[in-house]
Amino acid sequence: MNQSGQKTSANKPLVIKLVVLTVAMFGFGFLLVPIYDIFCDILGIDGRPDNTAAIINSESVDEDRLITIEFMAALNEYAPWEFRPAVVSMKVHPGKLYRTSYFAKNLTDRHLTGQAVPSVTPSQAARHFRKTECFCFTSQEFEPNSSRDMTLQFMVDPDIPDYIDRLTLSYTFFIKQQVALEDSRAEG
Amino acid sequence: MSATTQDAVQHHDHHGPEKGLKRWIFTTNHKDIGTLYLLFALIMLFVGGAMSLVIRAELFQPGLQFVNPDFFNQMTTLHALVMVFGMIMPAFAGFANWMIPLMIGAPDMALPRLNNWSFWLLPFAIIMLAMTLFLPGGAPAAGWTLYPPLVLQTGDAFPFMVFSIHLLGISSIMAAINIIVTILNMRAPGMSLLKMPLFVWSWLITAYLLIAVMPVLAGGVTMLLTDQFFGTSFFQAAGGGDPVLFQHIFWFFGHPEVYIIILPAFGIISHVIPTFSRKPLFGHDSMVFATGSIAFLSFIVWAHHMFTVGMPLAGQLFFMMATMLIAVPTGVKVFNWIATMWKGAITFETPMLFALAFIVQFTFGGFTGLMLAIAPADFQYHDSYFVVAHFHYVLVNGALYGAFAGVFYWLPKMTGHMYNDKLSKIYFWISTFFINVTFFPQHFLGLAGMPRRIPDYATQFTDFNAMSSIGAFGFGLSQLLLVYIVIKTIKGGEKATGEVWEEAQGLEWTVSSPPEYHSFETAPDIK
Repeated sequence: MNQSGQKTSANKPLVIKLVVLTVAMFGFGFLLVPIYDIFCDILGIDGRPDNTAAIINSESVDEDRLITIEFMAALNEYAPWEFRPAVVSMKVHPGKLYRTSYFAKNLTDRHLTGQAVPSVTPSQAARHFRKTECFCFTSQEFEPNSSRDMTLQFMVDPDIPDYIDRLTLSYTFFIKQQVALEDSRAEG
Repeated sequence: MSATTQDAVQHHDHHGPEKGLKRWIFTTNHKDIGTLYLLFALIMLFVGGAMSLVIRAELFQPGLQFVNPDFFNQMTTLHALVMVFGMIMPAFAGFANWMIPLMIGAPDMALPRLNNWSFWLLPFAIIMLAMTLFLPGGAPAAGWTLYPPLVLQTGDAFPFMVFSIHLLGISSIMAAINIIVTILNMRAPGMSLLKMPLFVWSWLITAYLLIAVMPVLAGGVTMLLTDQFFGTSFFQAAGGGDPVLFQHIFWFFGHPEVYIIILPAFGIISHVIPTFSRKPLFGHDSMVFATGSIAFLSFIVWAHHMFTVGMPLAGQLFFMMATMLIAVPTGVKVFNWIATMWKGAITFETPMLFALAFIVQFTFGGFTGLMLAIAPADFQYHDSYFVVAHFHYVLVNGALYGAFAGVFYWLPKMTGHMYNDKLSKIYFWISTFFINVTFFPQHFLGLAGMPRRIPDYATQFTDFNAMSSIGAFGFGLSQLLLVYIVIKTIKGGEKATGEVWEEAQGLEWTVSSPPEYHSFETAPDIK
């Protein structure tokens, strides 16, 4: 049968190698998830600020620089909240601690849990925006139709790059329990 | 060759094809499976084409005439998925099945049963995808790029779409494994790797690309699936994920994918041009290395699809430069084709016409690609009709024309009959006229600011849209001529010689037309 010199016996190891390569590439697709996070962390490029409370040692306040912070509030998809910042912008000195708040109201007559996810633009500023206290650190419980102001305490790092004189902090307020979302959507 | 002795020895092996439907369902013969792939691709050309005509009918005038915007989006999404996975990839897989064993002097593909399976997964995958049109919420409508969070709003169609992509992926990975094993293990003695014809080379590289990126897409859509149904947060910002990650995963697949589509076309063109110039291909080895370089570069340019997402300056520069670098090996190929024609005794048979149109039109699409690669300029072009025009020039006027060249080059070999050359030339000119009427005006629309994926538009875009729609219907109707020519050639016509084309080079021209059901049972001698 093998007079044509074909290496049929060599097929099996080659097929195994190629199948292993396929499986490895499938795994590589999932490996891209941590790789992406690591890259974003190292380069600080995805605008995701560190979402844990920063410990701030007494920093020297840079009285010469003023940086404008713009506050934004966003809702994705269907979310029965009223959600807005207390002030839309502030001028701050790097190194100094400031306090502001976001207002949120549960517009349904059921218990809701919300989670705010922050994003900073330009993304290079993200790692220089430090929060000592934030409503985004934990999920927020809301009784039916209740509302409250949620505190945010932050400082801009004095070593923020010189070319940044304005940064935007945006919070998207998500509903934590999907079930509540589906129910309230059904009620319309 | 002692053909008679071999025949006597092997006669018990020479079963012809089975009769009837069973032949096609259970076949493990590379020629049968190649034929199935090609016919499937032809049907899908009409399915996907009908969808594009829905799109173009709606866009003939501003305002909403025929379909609602949601159905329009379903059409753009399905059109792309059907054309990419159901039409152009199976078309080249069909040529691979038919021609690779003939070109390397092998009796069949290395894994014939796997070959049968990889074809027969396709119709089921496509039916599952098309079936979603009838589900509550309609078919997927988030574009073929499947970006979350939009794609997660797909209705009941969502899991079907994901599984359909899984099946399509499994099918092409198995085909790729089969092709690699065939090429590496089944070459006739004396055919060293660098002696292999370019169509074989381009498929070897394409097959490796498929194995490298189809699993990554499968992983990406699996993550979408678990995000939707199992509470993971790969792409959900609420749970700490990032939708931009999906774009990276998708384009890590998506950019090599466009080379998966175009490299086999390069291979076909590298056969057609020398045949009708009556000269050997200029720079065979440099063609191989150029193909390899294109394949390598395709892995490091994916983020040029994402300039407007936001990226550090260094990233924009890197992806811009790397993308432009692809023009170098591609330029090598184009110059080699031209150098092959230089001082050749050129005749303009139908395959040559398609090959020449391929070179002109593909190069044109390549140039608009270079424009899109310029990161700062891309902010204007992104998601506009300019992008639509660009990728249709490389995929339709490019890759599909490569496939057409292949059809007219190898049809006499496959069927044993010559087609009506006059009619096929008429078909070429009608098609080429209308395809350019379709896509050329879209450049202007895009530059003037018309966004893609919209069912309605501002009135100043009306004239070019009307032109484009007329072109699309003209091109669509002219494909009926293709079907007529193909059917007529299968049924009969002037007998083709084994060589078919004067002084055509390559092992596939040393066997009869059509070849025996089992060819090269004895390996040919390679000089």
